[in-house]
Amino acid sequence: MKVVFSGISKTFGGNRVLDDVHLSVREGEFVCLLGPSGCGKSTLLNIVGGFLQPSEGEVTIDGERVTGPDPRRIFVFQERGVFPWLTVEENIGFGLFRQSDAEKRERIAHYVQLVGLKGFEEAYPRELSGGMKQRLEVARALAVNPDVLYLDEPFGALDSITRLQMRRELLRIWQAEKKTILFVTHDIEESVQLADRVVVLSARPGRIRRVLDVAIPHPRDLSDPRYIALRDEIFGEIGLAHQV
Amino acid sequence: MNATRRTQNAERRKGARTVAVLFPFFVLRFAFCVLLLVLWHLAVIVTATTIFPSPLDVLRGLTELPHLAAYTRDSLFRVSAGYLSAVLLGVPAGLALGWWSSLARAANPLIQMLRPISPLAWMPLAVIWFGVSNLAPIFLIFLASFFPIVVATMNGVRNVPPVYVQAGRNFGLSTRALLVRVVFPAVLPRILVGLRIAFGVAWLVLVAAEMIAVDSGLGYLIIDARNAGKRYDLVVGGMLLIGFIGLALDALIRRTEKLRFVKWSFSE
Repeated sequence: MKVVFSGISKTFGGNRVLDDVHLSVREGEFVCLLGPSGCGKSTLLNIVGGFLQPSEGEVTIDGERVTGPDPRRIFVFQERGVFPWLTVEENIGFGLFRQSDAEKRERIAHYVQLVGLKGFEEAYPRELSGGMKQRLEVARALAVNPDVLYLDEPFGALDSITRLQMRRELLRIWQAEKKTILFVTHDIEESVQLADRVVVLSARPGRIRRVLDVAIPHPRDLSDPRYIALRDEIFGEIGLAHQV
Repeated sequence: MNATRRTQNAERRKGARTVAVLFPFFVLRFAFCVLLLVLWHLAVIVTATTIFPSPLDVLRGLTELPHLAAYTRDSLFRVSAGYLSAVLLGVPAGLALGWWSSLARAANPLIQMLRPISPLAWMPLAVIWFGVSNLAPIFLIFLASFFPIVVATMNGVRNVPPVYVQAGRNFGLSTRALLVRVVFPAVLPRILVGLRIAFGVAWLVLVAAEMIAVDSGLGYLIIDARNAGKRYDLVVGGMLLIGFIGLALDALIRRTEKLRFVKWSFSE
């Protein structure tokens, strides 16, 4: 097992946000943490990312206890995480200060290509669209060759068409780079489109209600009965009828 | 109702554009200056004053003054020395105070207490400490610009979006590297605004700073012209010169806002 959460609880000033979360993530797996707003899913991701300490329990990665942020595991925020004072190239190269110049150049070129920002190497984030900024942030994360990526509602600020394109891009990158991905979202459709497994959290305090395997090969057909059945099952699990 | 107002507004804007095309701004500005000079001149004639100089008197007075260039150079040197040392000390101090909140808690009462004291109040002490030398006015200018720089930098650091710091930490940056590669560039736009304000203050106290311990400079020119023979043409000339140079330097500092690595903050 790559990432293991054992009995994670988190309390903020008497407020219990997470309650006894146990979860194991396999190497190379794409796991979505799904739940309503305020259920503690972002808190959980911040704990595994090393930015927050759990009140109880511990997270281990490759058997090693997480005590702080680590360049082997990169956290991707919504696109607001890119550095506005650096160009596309400089952003991607930001974490490559341990590498030689030649290797740095090579990796920057590779990831510019991978996320489709060719021709924008010298551009500043303010000159990019929301989707491009998001891809830039993913490229910056991938450039340091981490084995795990944490994505916290990464496409939340994008319009729905860009969001669909970004999901396809992310899957393509995931398949090319074979990273373990933990992806937080409140979007049921998004979780079923992307994940190998969907972890459904309850409302606060967040507990794991259900873990569903999504055994549908990529690319997933959104009208596939298996897709629809799973989606509706999660809608039911969260207590929503799939009607507007 | 609304529609008519909109049309009227549009008409007015169109009118304003026509004026702007016929009389570009520099023409308007120039005309305004000429108008003021003419009014000034007429006022001197009408009131028949023998003390207050006309614009021509001022111009004549300044051109006849032999050390004007040297005075200007001395003033620029003092302001640069005081201001630049305030930048070199104030920016790191502000970064440190913004970053280590315990340091800020310890030092802030002192800073807030010293800040409202006018640099001019330090004049007697400056003379005791630095005697009759360039250092006394430089010290006053340093004091005047140091606190605005520290406070702007410190507040800037406190307002750096936490995602930038988190991202920097995630890539394994040491605290030093984090300050240099993330915090400093993130606050640089705010620092530049602080530097500009601080420069305004530094230039403002020039006259007072040159009242003590020195016998050159534009500030000294004003005091000396008043004391030695009531040369009000030189008093007004010195004032105008200080105004013009201040304006030019401010425009120069403003240009830093166009630099490519801070433009993100000013263009949005």
